[in-house]
Order: sequence, then C-alpha cells, then structure tokens
Amino acid sequence: MARTHGDHRGRPLVAITGIGVVTCLGNGVRDNWSKLTSGQSGIRPITRFSTEGLKTTIAGTVDGLCDAPYSAADLSTAMAEAAAHEAIAQAAIGESSAFPGRLIVATPPSELEWPHLRALYAAGSGEPEGGYARLLSAARSGTFGDMARHVRFANIAGRLQERFGTRGVPLSVCTACASGATTIQLGAEAIRRGDVDAALCIGTDATVHPEGLIRFSLLSALSTRNHPAERASKPFSKDRDGFVMAEGAGALVLEDYDRARARGVRVLGIVRGCGEKADHYHRTRSEPSGAAIIGAIRKTLYDAGLAPEEIDYINAHGTSTPENDKMEYVSLRSALGERISEVPISSNKSMIGHTLIAAGAVEAVFSVMTMQTGTLPPTINYDTPDPELPLDVVANVRRDATVTTMLSNSFGFGGQNVCLALSREPI
Amino acid sequence: MLLKRTEAWITGIGLVSSLGEGVDAHWQELGPHVAPTINVDDAGYAPYSIHPLATVDFSRQIPRISDQRQMDRWQRIGVHAAGLALADAGIAGKPELLDRIDLSIAAGNGERDLVLDARILEAMEGHRDLDGTLNHLLATGLRPTLYLGQLSNLLAGNISIVHKAAGSSRTFKGEEMAGVAALEDAVRRLGAGQSELMLVGGALNAERRDLLLNLELGASLLHGGYRSVWARREVGGGMVPGSIGVFLVLEVSGHAADRGAKPYARIAAVASDRSARGPGEAAVAMRSLFEELAPVVDDDRPLAVLSGASGVEPATSEECQFLQELKDALGPTRTYGSRLGHGIEAHFITGVALAALALSKRSFYPPCDHTESAADTGSACRQILVTSLGHDCGEALGLVEAVEERPRG
Repeated sequence: MARTHGDHRGRPLVAITGIGVVTCLGNGVRDNWSKLTSGQSGIRPITRFSTEGLKTTIAGTVDGLCDAPYSAADLSTAMAEAAAHEAIAQAAIGESSAFPGRLIVATPPSELEWPHLRALYAAGSGEPEGGYARLLSAARSGTFGDMARHVRFANIAGRLQERFGTRGVPLSVCTACASGATTIQLGAEAIRRGDVDAALCIGTDATVHPEGLIRFSLLSALSTRNHPAERASKPFSKDRDGFVMAEGAGALVLEDYDRARARGVRVLGIVRGCGEKADHYHRTRSEPSGAAIIGAIRKTLYDAGLAPEEIDYINAHGTSTPENDKMEYVSLRSALGERISEVPISSNKSMIGHTLIAAGAVEAVFSVMTMQTGTLPPTINYDTPDPELPLDVVANVRRDATVTTMLSNSFGFGGQNVCLALSREPI
Repeated sequence: MLLKRTEAWITGIGLVSSLGEGVDAHWQELGPHVAPTINVDDAGYAPYSIHPLATVDFSRQIPRISDQRQMDRWQRIGVHAAGLALADAGIAGKPELLDRIDLSIAAGNGERDLVLDARILEAMEGHRDLDGTLNHLLATGLRPTLYLGQLSNLLAGNISIVHKAAGSSRTFKGEEMAGVAALEDAVRRLGAGQSELMLVGGALNAERRDLLLNLELGASLLHGGYRSVWARREVGGGMVPGSIGVFLVLEVSGHAADRGAKPYARIAAVASDRSARGPGEAAVAMRSLFEELAPVVDDDRPLAVLSGASGVEPATSEECQFLQELKDALGPTRTYGSRLGHGIEAHFITGVALAALALSKRSFYPPCDHTESAADTGSACRQILVTSLGHDCGEALGLVEAVEERPRG
C-alpha cells in the first residue's frame, strides 16, 4: 500500500484512536474528564489499611473496582483491563478478543505483600528454623500456587494478552515513573518501523499498601499535609512538600494513521515524537543543570520535527515535590526559552495524585482530551505561586484554549526522562 | 562483498557467572579440550541447588564504595558485567559514545531485606495488627536505599551513574522474555536507524532465599541436588538458578566500522511469541518461529544449537520435542544452563553472548552433559541458534552469525 501520510521524515504517522482511563476520580474517560476539568480532587484518607503511626495517611486509591481482596497485582490487572476495554471499544479495532497488534504494558513491582508473607509464615509453623526457611517450607507444600501470580513479572501482561488477544510476546516495561510514557514510545517506534499496524499501550499501578507507602515516605518524597487531603498535592506552589501516591491505569490504542483512516475510525490525536535521555547524576535527583531532562525534551522536538515555538501547552510531570517541579521548570526554560512563561501548563497530579508507573499513560489520555475539547484542566491548590517558577500555570479553574501541539513530560527515579509530543489531527 | 551498514554487530561482551569473569575465562571453562567443571552449591539452600557467583572483585568496575553500598547484589553483578562489556568494546571512558549509548535491560525486582522480614514475621505472628505494629516495624526497619535496590529499573540507573552510559534506558520485565524483549527491541531499533549503539543485558543473583521462595511458589525449582538439565525430567524437572551478569554492546555495523571496532558476530534474527501453553503448544510455537527464521538459515550444513532450556517441566520436554522434530536440520545441541544454571532474565542474552564468543573463535562447545552428542565439537560453524522456551511462558529463537569481513578472534 502506498503511504499517503508520512511524517517529516517519511515515517508512518502514528494515530491515537482509542483511550481509556481509571483513576481515583473514577472509571472511564467521561467521568474522569468531567471531574478533572471541574477541579475535583480524588485524594482522600486511606481506608485500605491502618495508617496508625504513619507520617502520610492520604492517597488516591482506586476503591470498589476489584472484587478480590486488595493486592497490587490483582487491582493493577483489573484497572488495566478496564482502561484497555474502554480504549479498544472506542477504537473499534479488531474482532472481539483479537486485538490486531502488540501489547506493551507498564507494570508495578511484582512482589509478595505482607498478608501473603504472613499467610505463608503461619502455614510453615512446623519448620523450626523460622524466617525464609519457614516461608519456603510452606511454599513447598504446594498449596500456595495461586500466589505465584504476584511474583511473576509477566503475569499482568499475560492476563491482558489472554483477555484482548494481542499478538506476539506482550512487553512488560519499567522506567519507574516514566513507564507509561515509555509504552507509548515503544508502540510508536514499532508502528514507525512497520513491525505492527497497531499497539495497545497501557500503564497501570495500584501499590498503595503499607510497605509501598512507607518506602516513599522514608525517601521524604511524600506530602505529609494530611488535612484536608484534597489540598495536599500542590504542584508549582511555593509551599509544596511532596507528592501524593495514587493508583490508576491509562490505555491508548496507537495505529498506523493510514490504516486508521482507511477503516474510517476517528483519529483522536497524533503521536508526533518521543524522546528519552538518561541522567547519570544520582539515583533520585536530577543533574542540577537539568541536562538530561533538557536532552529528553530536545530529542522529542527533533524527533517530531517541531520548533519550540510550536508548543501550545504542557502537561507537566508536576509531582509537587520541591525538587521535581523546580527541575521541570529549569529544564523547560532551557529547552523552550523565555517563552515558557507564556505557555499554559497544568499538572493533573494536583487532583489525581501521582499514579507512578501509570502516570505517563494516564496523563497522555488527559492530554488527548485536552486537545480534543480545547479545555485545559486546572492545577488545583495553586494559591501561593512559587516566584522562582514563573510559569503560566492553569490555576485552580479550567481554561479554554485551542491546543494544536503539546508536550507531556514523565520523569522517574533512576534517571529516567521521557517526553512525548502530541498533536491534533490534521497536522 | 559490501559491508551492510545496518547489521547488528556484537562488539563487546561482559560476562560473570559461577564459572568466572570475562569472555576468556568462560572460553577456558566452556570451550573445547577442557575437563568440564560445574560450580554448584547443593547444601547452602537445600533442598534446592544454585550456582553461586565466582569470586568477583566488584571494585574494579564499581570503584566507589558509596556506589556499591547503594546497590543490591544483583545490581552489582549487572553493573560489573556492563562495565566489562563497555571496556571490551572500547567504549569505557569515552564520554561522546557513553552519552549516546542506549540501554536495553532485562530485570526482575531486587532483593528484600530477609533479616527484617524474618523479624517482622516473628513479631507479628498471631497478631491482628489493629495498632499499626506493622507500620512501626517497617518505618523503623526499612532502609530507603534498599528500596532503590529493589526497583527493576535501578540496574539501568546504576549503570548510568557508575559508567556514565546515558543515551536512554529502558528496562523490560517478564522472566526469560525480559531478556528476549531487551535484545529484540535493541536489534529492531538498530535495524531501523532508531539507535546506533546499544548496551543490552541483565543480571541475576541466584543466592537469595526470596528469589527461591518466588520460584517455589510456582513449583519451578529442582529438589534433591544438582542434575544436568536433560537429566531432571525423571525427577519431575526443575530449575537450578545461576548467578549471572551478562551485557552486550550492540552497534550498527557502519558505526562499528567507522570507529574501528571489531565484531564477535552479528545478530541475524530474533523471533518471539507467547503461546497459551496447552500441551504441545510451546513446541508448535517454537517450530513456527524456526520457520520464520528459515529464510536466513544456511541450509547447506546442520545448525548448532545453544539451548536455553531451564529444566522446568513441561517446558523442557516441549523444547526436547521441538529439537527432536528438527533433528535433521540441527547440529549439536549444548544446553548451557547445565553448566551455568538458569539466569532467568539474563539467560537468553547469555546464550547469545556464548554463541558470539564461539563464532569469533570459529569453534563450538563440547557437550554440557552426558546426554549431548560429542559430534562436531570444535568444528567451525557459521551460525548458531539460541533457544528460549520460558519456564512459565514465552518462546523465542535467536540466530547469531559469524562476520566474515573483519572478525575479532
């Protein structure tokens, strides 16, 4: 088939034809978008487990979606299924349970949680040695085979592959809090190579459990402003004090643009370009000049064939930690120039918290909605602007604006920096 | 013959395992004309067996003690192997190359603090935890640096920090298929001009009870002492994990040629799928993958095989079936897991590294156990097939090929 629409380098254009999302605000794009654009927060006191003695007692949990007792693997799977189902239904792609492309999913750590460890320990009480000898003795009994799904890294991807009938080996990826964006980058690259016609890109994370919360707390990464919960996440504010952990899943159907047009499906947006740059400075902090973040943004603009002036809007990583928001500003200013103070920017995390592994995918879904509706979602709790971060933050209430081309940033521990350039159709 | 400028060449190998450190040590241990040795520990983790890492001085690749302290052992193993690969390829210490090398890494999770877990389990026994006891024990016992040691992508992060290799980095998960994905994505990116230079690898620390617990929950471990992979079926099968760190520098041939880097071999193809694993389905999937590779397989001579079989059933019997069905097309099979143990995420890439090493030596490996035929040992081969039939899911084949133009040897 002769290609009718290539990008500036003659590569296939990558269309977004389906989106789906689950967050602490609710299930589905419509419900989420309505709450997000009206400035509603999904952050609330944690009820899933006792928060007695913890410095942070709030989160953006997803409650009521999964019937099974909470576990990160089961809830992450359920959220990913819900988001993917919505995205595939919108794209109206493939036969039932036969998605004609590859699955790329960003998943949280696969590990036993304390209820699992305690159940094994109780069952291994005949073993005199204690500790892991006792856990292993219980595991050898063969009666805990059902727990293996929590520690198999391919489990979530495998379940999704079975449900949606995706082709080939599903990819499970981790680039920490940039993972969701990485799935989109991997999908876009595969379509540009001509390896696949379509990709189902998903980020999912449901790790609000005691150890998950305490780990981030010990890294001093979390907000401790527990009362009122909905006021804790305040990206780009002077008095920001950390991020709020949250759960969610985002799913996008990417397709070769020509194929999407040929089958008459509505194109929601275009993945114009992707860029990533690793930071070698520190495990949790960015190089002070922002070199790696700047590198990721510049690579993205280059990949997309865009000039900095063409960016109308930015969906920030904007975690609400002192470090992140400062580095994001410094880097945007370097990469886009003085004009950055006039480019509207929002952080969805002010309302949905930080969905960690899922964030890049969840925020890409909201980015598509921003371009589709011409509504910029607000950054709530922006009452005391940080004078050192002179940005055009969409403060507290939504704003109407035409967005043709935008950036979505995602950064993660371990020096992960990924940026996406997205555009409306036609470009 | 014109040099193809977009071939994926292997220009550096870093390997540490129970048999030693570096490609030369592995050729010494695994190559022809040596009495095979196996470094296995049957006692320390009984009833399980593991292959412990040989003595490695991590400070030679990770000179700062503060960096070593920030890492779990799997990360130290991997960062060390990555450093060996970068040095082998002539990239170490060259900021211009390091700044744009793309990392494609296979990883699981890091290690838990077993002492803390044991202490908490004991304290909590019979306790309903209505008063935040668990919270208190975790908040006072967990070490933040250890959590960073547990994140899957922190192997990549530590490689960037220690070696300054920082073009980009992606970490793939999913047991054996993590290694397949990391390599396949790298090869595809190189082939499509999406990268010129890549560092691909993974690491496993087998000497951990939390890893063994995870594997035992899936009934995936061999019990009752070491046996070679093909001798495990009669006792129900099972894996013997092996500590391994393996990294490859892959680069497009034109880039390598321009900087005067010589290849061990090239990666001719990688093919993968994930069957539903009903009886016989994995063998059928492997057969289909082989047919996918057929256009690039030499048909004038038998194809040597490095099998990544894990020993776990029924996967290993399915692999046996696949190899049997193709026996007319295949030459000698060497199951390197019998010697090194199973490297899980690192296993497939280890097979590719061993294939490249043999091709560069214009030779092959002697049998890895008594069931393998001694025929053709040491004979020159031009292509080696590497198999990966995941112990729980996923099937893959890699075809590694000699480079005639400018071999490293």
